[in-house]
Amino acid sequence: MSSSLPVQIGALALRSIVRTVRQPAVIVSALLFPMMFFYINAYGLDAAARIPGFPADSYMDFAFAFPLVQAALFGSITAGADLARDIESGFFDRLSLTPMRPVALLAGMLAGVVALGLLQGVVFIAIGLLMGVTISSGLPGMVVLVLLTVLVALGFGGVGAILALRTGSVEAVESAFPLFFVAIFMSSINLPRSLIEADWFRFVATVNPISYLVEGLRSLVITGWDAQALLLGFGCALAIIVIALAGAGASLRTRVAR
Amino acid sequence: MGSFFGVAGAVAWRQIYKYFANPAFLAPAFFPVFFFVAFAGGLTRVGDIPGFDYAGGYIAFQYVWALLQAVAMGGAFTGFSIASDFENGFARRLMLAASNRSGIILGYTIASLVRVTTTGTLVTVLALVVGMPVRGGYDVFGLVGLAVIVNVAATLFGAGVAMLMRTQQAGPVIRTPIFMVLFLAPVFVPLNLLSGWLEAVARLNPFTAILESARGFLAGTPTNSLASFALGIVLILIFALWSLYGLRRAERAG
Repeated sequence: MSSSLPVQIGALALRSIVRTVRQPAVIVSALLFPMMFFYINAYGLDAAARIPGFPADSYMDFAFAFPLVQAALFGSITAGADLARDIESGFFDRLSLTPMRPVALLAGMLAGVVALGLLQGVVFIAIGLLMGVTISSGLPGMVVLVLLTVLVALGFGGVGAILALRTGSVEAVESAFPLFFVAIFMSSINLPRSLIEADWFRFVATVNPISYLVEGLRSLVITGWDAQALLLGFGCALAIIVIALAGAGASLRTRVAR
Repeated sequence: MGSFFGVAGAVAWRQIYKYFANPAFLAPAFFPVFFFVAFAGGLTRVGDIPGFDYAGGYIAFQYVWALLQAVAMGGAFTGFSIASDFENGFARRLMLAASNRSGIILGYTIASLVRVTTTGTLVTVLALVVGMPVRGGYDVFGLVGLAVIVNVAATLFGAGVAMLMRTQQAGPVIRTPIFMVLFLAPVFVPLNLLSGWLEAVARLNPFTAILESARGFLAGTPTNSLASFALGIVLILIFALWSLYGLRRAERAG
């Protein structure tokens, strides 16, 4: 007697969430490291708010998108590594002998990413408010901020899934972390693009989709409701999700065929 | 391998051979190079902040931090190598064969210095390519001296942890404190432009004095040179005792 796909996804999503919850080190590092980097950056670059043309009164407000994006990155690596561990340990192969559909494993893993992204978004906003971050778009903006964070986490989670399914190696997924880190820093994460002096860096930041995710999140904090920034932010997040899920689906078919 | 220096030479030679036989020996340079490119490329306007008075310009300001990060991470990675040697059983065989085991620490330290000469050169060449001015003349040797001190101190710290834990799980225990010390310093702006808790912590961080002095050497305006060298030597002495303590614990553990 086989269960329906939603039931299968639910069971594997629960497994994914329970597995994350049972690894306190994962939760602590997913919450601690982004906030620690934010805290250091916010105070280290506080003086940057004095640069003529800087768009915010406080660098802390400006930098608040950083932990949200970095958290999504951490979540994707963790989830990708978990999926790769399932492949390495043979769980994936055993699953393919059951009536459970492999797509449920992918969807379950992504549900875990969404749950972690949601937790991170809510916790970071709470800590940010306690630290003195002012969110110009108010309470509705905070909801949108969490929503966009979750979408970013889902998009990165899809990329993590591709890496896991293609390589089947925890080590390979973990070693992609620096590349994700590079992608975040080579964007407008530290300064607005208009204030980046080096032409080559401004060009890289302009073609880097992460800049638009960051600017969408940031607009809710420092500007309020900026339709253009939000459209670009949500548009990029959705595009990354579509491309990543398509890639993950193709990788899954290849993995199952093996 | 009879003498202290004989043991040191043999360990150093093996480590150096291992490094250059595997391109992964450049791994400690990844983050410094990356941070240098990201910060020196993306944050140059920070040099326009009123009160930013570093004579060498923003690229040079970031280069010094990247260089010291490269040499410190080189020391940390040597700790990882020692931990790996304990896991694969080589370190135990080495301790059985070595008549003077303290030479093992010196050997790893020499190898670490050779390794960071390569990674430090990589960071330096990159900085010169992107237009970093060098105004310090012979003062630049002061910068090199401080880089050597930072590497030796970081290596001895990493060696101590690795010998105490004798497992590759020592990685985060070695890496995290070094990362914290590097970041809780005037990374983006000079100390006088820091504010809040970070300013207070940076003033207490011994790495700040070394970093500021090293920046002074590069710009041709040495500041607190003697004090920073003295501080560096004190750090080396403390971490030398720490690594010897780790070695003794490893000996007792068999």
